[in-house]
Amino acid sequence: MAPAHAVPLNWYLILSAILFALGIAGFLYRRSIITVFMSIELMLNAVNLSFIAFSYHWKQVDGHIFSFFVMVVAAAEAAVGLAIILTVFKNRKSLEIDEISSMKY
Amino acid sequence: MDTALFIVFAVIALLCGINLVVQTHPISSALSLIGVMSALAVLYLLLGAEFLAAAQMIVYAGAIMVLFIFVIMLLNAGTERVTPTRHLLKVMGVPLIAVFLGIVAFIIQGLLPRSELVWFGGFQGGGPREVGIPLFTRYLLPFEVTSVLILIAIIGAIILAQKEID
Repeated sequence: MAPAHAVPLNWYLILSAILFALGIAGFLYRRSIITVFMSIELMLNAVNLSFIAFSYHWKQVDGHIFSFFVMVVAAAEAAVGLAIILTVFKNRKSLEIDEISSMKY
Repeated sequence: MDTALFIVFAVIALLCGINLVVQTHPISSALSLIGVMSALAVLYLLLGAEFLAAAQMIVYAGAIMVLFIFVIMLLNAGTERVTPTRHLLKVMGVPLIAVFLGIVAFIIQGLLPRSELVWFGGFQGGGPREVGIPLFTRYLLPFEVTSVLILIAIIGAIILAQKEID
């Protein structure tokens, strides 16, 4: 049934885990707000890959639909987040995440 | 053929992902993220998700990343500077992320010990028709809620941008 050159489903899931871990690393290490935001997008993409891999596993389309909703929410998040970044930059003249800590204390 | 395609595009996605984290200039990170998304679109095609592969290229690699690059250019964001505490964080963080990855891989192997095989054409239900029919029948309420969410996001972005014009 399966061709000889097929790929195990585990590889897709482990690729998704590695991309998610890279997103966490970028989220924690980077100091520019925009790069932190892009790391979040990377994590969302990794989760989408996981959803689609499990959708293949169950042979159902529900994972695709959830992944589609994740994409829509990511688009909304990017619009609002980038508007917030613009406002922060206008007020603080800085994109360094360490300097925008007045809500921390 | 499937194995070769998977390995090539998985390696592209991994290299671009590492490049995203390592680069200090935001434009380099954004271009790497576009590389990750394009490679993932090919992997979606291999998994039988044709509609989502197209949506990934149009919505993610097209619209969202153009928005990112537009903001980077608008703010003239340069190379981020190095803060002195980062080296300690790097020493502590890398083993923690490695442990996290190890745990996730262990759980994946535990959940799916004899993993099934993925080949192109093994799952046919990912076209626009097959995705659209449940989206507009069984998932109609989440779909409508999402449209309200988009409306809220548009209004919020307009209000946030309007504040700085005044």
